[in-house]
Amino acid sequence: MAAADAESQTVQEYIVHHLSYLTYGRHPDGHWGFAHSPEEASEMGFMAIHVDTMGWSIALGAAFLLWFRRVGLRASASNPGAIQNFVESIFEFVDNRVTEGFTHKNSLMAPMALTIFVWVLLMNTMDLVPVDWITGIAAWVGEHIFGFDHMPFKIVPTTDPNITMGMSLSIFVLIIWYSIKNKGLGGFLGELAFHPFGKWMVPFNLMIEIPTLLAKPISLGLRLFGNLYAGELLFLLIAGLLGLWQLPAHFAWAVFHLLVVPLQAFVFMMLTIVYLNAAHEPAH
Amino acid sequence: MDINLTIIGQSIAFAVFCWFCHRYVWPLFANVLEERKRTIAEGLEASAQAEQRLESASRQSAEQLDEAKASAAGIIEQANRRSAQIIDEARQQAQMEAERIMQAAQAEIEQEANRAKEELRARVSLIAVAGAEKILGRTVDQAANEDMLRQLAAEL
Repeated sequence: MAAADAESQTVQEYIVHHLSYLTYGRHPDGHWGFAHSPEEASEMGFMAIHVDTMGWSIALGAAFLLWFRRVGLRASASNPGAIQNFVESIFEFVDNRVTEGFTHKNSLMAPMALTIFVWVLLMNTMDLVPVDWITGIAAWVGEHIFGFDHMPFKIVPTTDPNITMGMSLSIFVLIIWYSIKNKGLGGFLGELAFHPFGKWMVPFNLMIEIPTLLAKPISLGLRLFGNLYAGELLFLLIAGLLGLWQLPAHFAWAVFHLLVVPLQAFVFMMLTIVYLNAAHEPAH
Repeated sequence: MDINLTIIGQSIAFAVFCWFCHRYVWPLFANVLEERKRTIAEGLEASAQAEQRLESASRQSAEQLDEAKASAAGIIEQANRRSAQIIDEARQQAQMEAERIMQAAQAEIEQEANRAKEELRARVSLIAVAGAEKILGRTVDQAANEDMLRQLAAEL
């Protein structure tokens, strides 16, 4: 894996290469194109898009939804097949969590929880694909077909903070939207201003409640990102440093990661349910 | 951390996927599970009804059996009565017949006896005359003793 490139590449270069994104954006001179080095990518600033993580994210989400729809269209109530049973067990698992955790009426909640859980699970699972397989093939294709030396190609979308924060900020928008819709603007602001210490301590209350509110999307997105990024980084360190000993080490870390992958997907879904449930509570 | 347009792209993708799931995926499975739940509930209901029907049917059959037994008992009793009646009638008839035969036999016997008496009465004069001739050693004129002989026959 790493051994083939060992002569031409230091471990640091190897890791940096694997942590870089295939970035398409606006160069400082104003024209749009791919960034050919991490420096070029960072010069682009906000006006850039990570083609690799974005692409994998959309591909996995679309694959999951189209597959579920295909299974759903062929589903029969009286004679379910193995695949239908599998999908139904996921469906019922999510539906039960929503029924337990979300006590209000909102038909969007359960489908959103299902989307989050399966989509994030699939994105996390990409972490278990050996680090050089797809990235290596893509780098080879980039170098030999497109003349793009050291083309980065990241395949785990959830190791990109843009991906995790994109979702958590969307959920944050929904939290604000449903809070105002259900509590009224006054109720929502009142919860920020008059808790926990009553109306004589408004500045102090705001100092507590606003960070609490903002911490929800940030912790939601960064928790997922941090877990997967750390997992990925350790795979890279093992691949870069251990030589042949990487095989048992990879195996051990992958087994541990089998736990992290579904757990983080589950946590992301559960917290979404809990936050949105709180947003539906009437003001008090 | 390089935050860039990807965050907006992911937000859009998230919204689109949630919408798609809400519109085109979730209802399919919700309907299937709902339909299955309904089927099971209907099945349980039907089995409860069937149990009730079975119970009422077995009750009804027991009633009908009782009724049939009662009517059979009635029929047997009637038959017994009828047979006793027939036997009675036959016995009476037989008795009457026997009496009739006995009377006829008695009448015949009486007739026979009378006839024998008549015959005896007709012959008594001859016997008397023959007896008297033996006693007297001579012929008795039957015509001369006609009165006495008739008297004798009448006394028999």
